[in-house]
Amino acid sequence: MTDFWDPLRATTQARIGLGRVGDGMPTSRVLDFRLAHAIARDAVHEPLDVPALLGSLVGSGLCAPMVDASVASGSSVPPPGGNGEPRLGPPVVVTSRAGDRATYLRRPDLGRLPADLSPVPATGADVGFVLADGLSARALQTHGVPLLRALVQALPPTLTLAPPVVATQARVGLGDHVGAALGVGTVLVLIGERPGLSVADSLGIYLTHRPEPGRADSDRNCVSNVHAPGGLPYEVAARVAGGLIAGARQLGRSGVALKDTSREAALPGAPGQPAV
Amino acid sequence: MGVYQQTTRGTTYRFDGLVDLMARATPARSGDELAGCAANSDAERVAAQLALAEVPLRQFLEEPLVPYETDEVTRLILDTHDTVAFEPVRALTVGGFRDWLLDLAARPDAGTTLTRLAKGLTPEMVAAVSKLMRNQDLIAVARATRVTSAFRSTVGLPGRLATRLQPNHPTDDLRGIAAATLDGLLLGCGDAVIGVNPAGDSPQTCADLLHLLDEIRVAYEIPTQTCVLTHVTTTIGLIEAGVPVDLVFQSVAGTQAANQGFGVDLALLREGHEAGLSLQRGTVGQNVMYMETGQGSALSADAHLGTGGRPVDQQTLEARAYAVCREFDPLLVNTVVGFIGPEYLYDGRQIIRAGLEDHFCGKLLGLPMGVDVCYTNHAEADQDDMDNLLTLLGVAGCSFVIAVPGADDVMLGYQSTSFHDALFVRQALGLRPAPEFENWLERLGMMDAGRVVPVDASASALRALTDRVGS
Repeated sequence: MTDFWDPLRATTQARIGLGRVGDGMPTSRVLDFRLAHAIARDAVHEPLDVPALLGSLVGSGLCAPMVDASVASGSSVPPPGGNGEPRLGPPVVVTSRAGDRATYLRRPDLGRLPADLSPVPATGADVGFVLADGLSARALQTHGVPLLRALVQALPPTLTLAPPVVATQARVGLGDHVGAALGVGTVLVLIGERPGLSVADSLGIYLTHRPEPGRADSDRNCVSNVHAPGGLPYEVAARVAGGLIAGARQLGRSGVALKDTSREAALPGAPGQPAV
Repeated sequence: MGVYQQTTRGTTYRFDGLVDLMARATPARSGDELAGCAANSDAERVAAQLALAEVPLRQFLEEPLVPYETDEVTRLILDTHDTVAFEPVRALTVGGFRDWLLDLAARPDAGTTLTRLAKGLTPEMVAAVSKLMRNQDLIAVARATRVTSAFRSTVGLPGRLATRLQPNHPTDDLRGIAAATLDGLLLGCGDAVIGVNPAGDSPQTCADLLHLLDEIRVAYEIPTQTCVLTHVTTTIGLIEAGVPVDLVFQSVAGTQAANQGFGVDLALLREGHEAGLSLQRGTVGQNVMYMETGQGSALSADAHLGTGGRPVDQQTLEARAYAVCREFDPLLVNTVVGFIGPEYLYDGRQIIRAGLEDHFCGKLLGLPMGVDVCYTNHAEADQDDMDNLLTLLGVAGCSFVIAVPGADDVMLGYQSTSFHDALFVRQALGLRPAPEFENWLERLGMMDAGRVVPVDASASALRALTDRVGS
């Protein structure tokens, strides 16, 4: 019986072919489930290591050095985007009005509101990025930088990009405030999805065109389950997001009217063009 | 707006209108605390329940909790209220209605009487009476209520519990989804629907999934229906493109504004319903809609305010979502009870209570109610809480529950009930699958004397199911 399921297990992380003891699950399966649940619950409460994330954003060459750091070292900040220069400006950090994790879990309204937007520069750029901890800081810590790199590489050089904003105790709606302060046409919120049993570090991308406080969920598009291995690969997620950005700019809005058409090619005559 | 007062043990409590009274009479709930409408103390909560017990049911027709002028769900509720069906309970108060229901539930004619009554009740009336009820009351009355619906299988017959086989996959991999489908079928699940939540909302992905599920269903002559749970606009497009769609899915909520948050309104749902009906794919019935709801959805869309700008409690808003469902004769409705998170239902205790309330309210309003018995990892709940709720719902005559491999949904990142849990509750309570599906299981040698028997997958008639997927 085990032999039968082994090749199928390679196709999904789902708990298939568990076997039966009476109508229940074997002991090993029950305990395995309990362990996964415990790990997921721990992940919810793990804080984001902000200095480490900023360090890898700058250290990997994606972003220009932070202003404070450069002042301390006495060098000037080069404008991003030149030949061989990082395409993104120095990252900035904001936090929501949910002061701690316990508050964050019970008060999603506070998680959507910024405590202080003064570090966020007005840019007027085409696209902005918010790197948010959400319910899994580990997801952002692990996948944030490589996904951002894939996104930056996937976006055409004609688009101007705002410096990334790292946000803690953040919900998706916080991106509306940050996006409006950045003055960007489209904002992408890269946010830690709630930990599941199989995956405690899955990242989601929420796209909002013309972000401003008060946007509804139906104004957004989502690319979910970005993680390795087993989830959506960074490059694929970036390609889908790139297509959605282009579609949103053409349509003038995001949300339910904007469909992901990146996988349409094989279906002639099927729906797929953005329906207005 | 009327003022309601209650004096208990020398303290007088005032409630500004039915909105305030209903909210404060609700069992404790984190979402109502978040919305700022919960009772300030346990004593105030019971005072509100005492006052609510004296309110005539007719008052809910006079005093809308969400204004008629600005909300199409309220207009739907009041404009379609059946005064003839309402007649048997017209003179009752909310407290009197509770007594009437419990008295009826103990009699053999309860089923037919409650079926006739459904269209005479509004969501607010059933929400109100549920607030006065203990868990056992919610179970007793729901158990006595009969609601059946049908497409290729019949859902909701007495003594039956159907399951939605939910073979989700984080990247919509067709082989992975086929593998999980096989696992579920071998454990006797899938009679309510084989339904996938797609990870992406690409119409192409949805079409691929629908073709896969339809091919499996046809190849093994499974008397069930399949569904890809995507936005109604996407499904309408897929129907126009000739993709094999059985059921039209949509999440709905209890206010016009919350439905806007889902990108739908009643007109669009009508369009979806008609598109589904036009296909005539049902064999034993033509209920073509599958709708999902859940407490907290209106608040999370900031669309929970009612008369006088006051917050409406989340349980009442949930019951109002059932009025939206009822308009479209659905095959399946399920509340995804613990899905959103602890900000709306904090722990196992609140999830269990809400699951029983939702099931009761939906069924009393005439809906084929199922429940996704579930929780997230940031809630204070575990599988023991799910065992409790599943067993209670089995006793309460729930139409269907969700079943996923090992209770772990690897795409949505939450825990529901497993295929094994479905085996347990059917066995423990003597519940059987939908009759058409049960016959199929028997024909394939997977069921014997009312029990889904262990089968060797490699020797099963379904063993080659996953081979059908092109690599």
